This record gives sequence, C-alpha cells and structure tokens, in this order.
Amino acid sequence: MELQIEDSELVRDYISGDEKALEILINRHNQRITSFIYSKVLDRDITEDIFQDTFIKVIKTLKRGRYSEEGKFLPWVMRISHNLIIDHFRKNKRMPMFEGNDDFNIFSVIGDDKLNAEKQLIKDQIDTDLRELIEELPDDQKEVLLMRIYKDMSFKEISENTGVSINTALGRMRYALINLRKIIEKNNIVLTN
Amino acid sequence: MEKIYSNYQEQTEFKKVCPKTINFLLSFSKALYDVKYKDLEFETFLN
Repeated sequence: MELQIEDSELVRDYISGDEKALEILINRHNQRITSFIYSKVLDRDITEDIFQDTFIKVIKTLKRGRYSEEGKFLPWVMRISHNLIIDHFRKNKRMPMFEGNDDFNIFSVIGDDKLNAEKQLIKDQIDTDLRELIEELPDDQKEVLLMRIYKDMSFKEISENTGVSINTALGRMRYALINLRKIIEKNNIVLTN
Repeated sequence: MEKIYSNYQEQTEFKKVCPKTINFLLSFSKALYDVKYKDLEFETFLN
C-alpha cells in the first residue's frame, strides 16, 4: 500500500522551506482544482490564469506564515479559486470581452483612420507619381488644377487669381483631367492604393 | 435523455493545467522571499 503524506504535513514542510512539498501539493490537487475552475468558466486559457493566480495567493500566504490549519488545505485552495472566479465574472461584466470568429471580425467594422506602414508608403508613391504627371500638363491647365486640388481654392477664387472667367477656369480644369487620364492610359500607369 | 445531458459533458470533464503553468508556479515559489524588518514586511524576488 502506498503511503501518502498528509496535506497538512506537506504544508508544514513547505513553510519550513521544502519546495518539493509544494510540487506534490500542486500535482495532487491539479485535476480537482482545474476541473472545478473549468466547470465554471468554460475556457481553457482563463482556467490556466485562475489556477495560476490561485496558487500565487497560496504561495504568498504560506510564505508569509499567515496560513492557519483550521480547515483543510484543499477546501481553502478551492475557496481562493472560487473567489477568483467571481472576480473574473465581475470584471468581465464591467468590461465584456469580445472575441471575433472566422465569420465576423470586429476590426473589419471598426478601425482607426491611419493607414498602416505599407499602405502609407504606397499612398506616398502615388502622390509623387501624380505630381510628376501634373508637371506634363500645359501651364494654364496645371495652374488651375494645382489651385483647385492642392490649394483647395474655389473656381471663383481661381478666376480672380488667374484673371480668367469662371467658365474658362472650369474648362481648363476639365481639360487638365482629360489630359491627365490620357497620359495615364498612354503610359499604362496604375494609380491605386 | 442522453442527448440532453451530452450538452454538459465538457463542463464535467477532468482537466489539468499544463506543465508550463506548474513550472512557473514552482519557479515563482523558489524566487519569492519574504523579508521582515521590524514591523515591516517586504516581498522580494531573487533570481
């Protein structure tokens, strides 16, 4: 018959500095405590976390000499894990955890406006290419397009600044865009992000 | 009846934490020291 050392004796040994006693205690009650936690939280990772937090509390209490052998070791540990499970659900209620799945990812709906590094590089490259293409336009068209797109001026302001009528400014803008498209098509340039 | 109870089977399975968690706890325990000075108590970690 295998002789099993009592929990209380192992606890005493551990408090006296025998680290092996803790290993025996953890392994002895591993399945019981883990199954108990899992039956409540139904999540493998959370179970591991709560088990770990439970024994961190156990270790700290024992090392500080604050453990009193009033009851038994296992019910005491179970009570700690029970309290931590309640803490977990309280915390989750205040701040519900959302997990995406294969069908739906929350980040496809919400996201920040910033482009990632790769997209920012592509955008910068497109901006540079476009500026080079604009340089190919006749001066009068280029002037109107730059004022409208890059300086965000209205056609009324453009006509006042260039000394031409609004209709002429509109016409130059139209031709500027038509010519830009022609240059893009002719050179097979792809300007997409 | 069997089908109804099968929904709760996973809940009642016997589980164990992974050895990594146990190793962490044993290392944590070895590293943790409680230092007392007069009425003060400090937790220290020795690597």
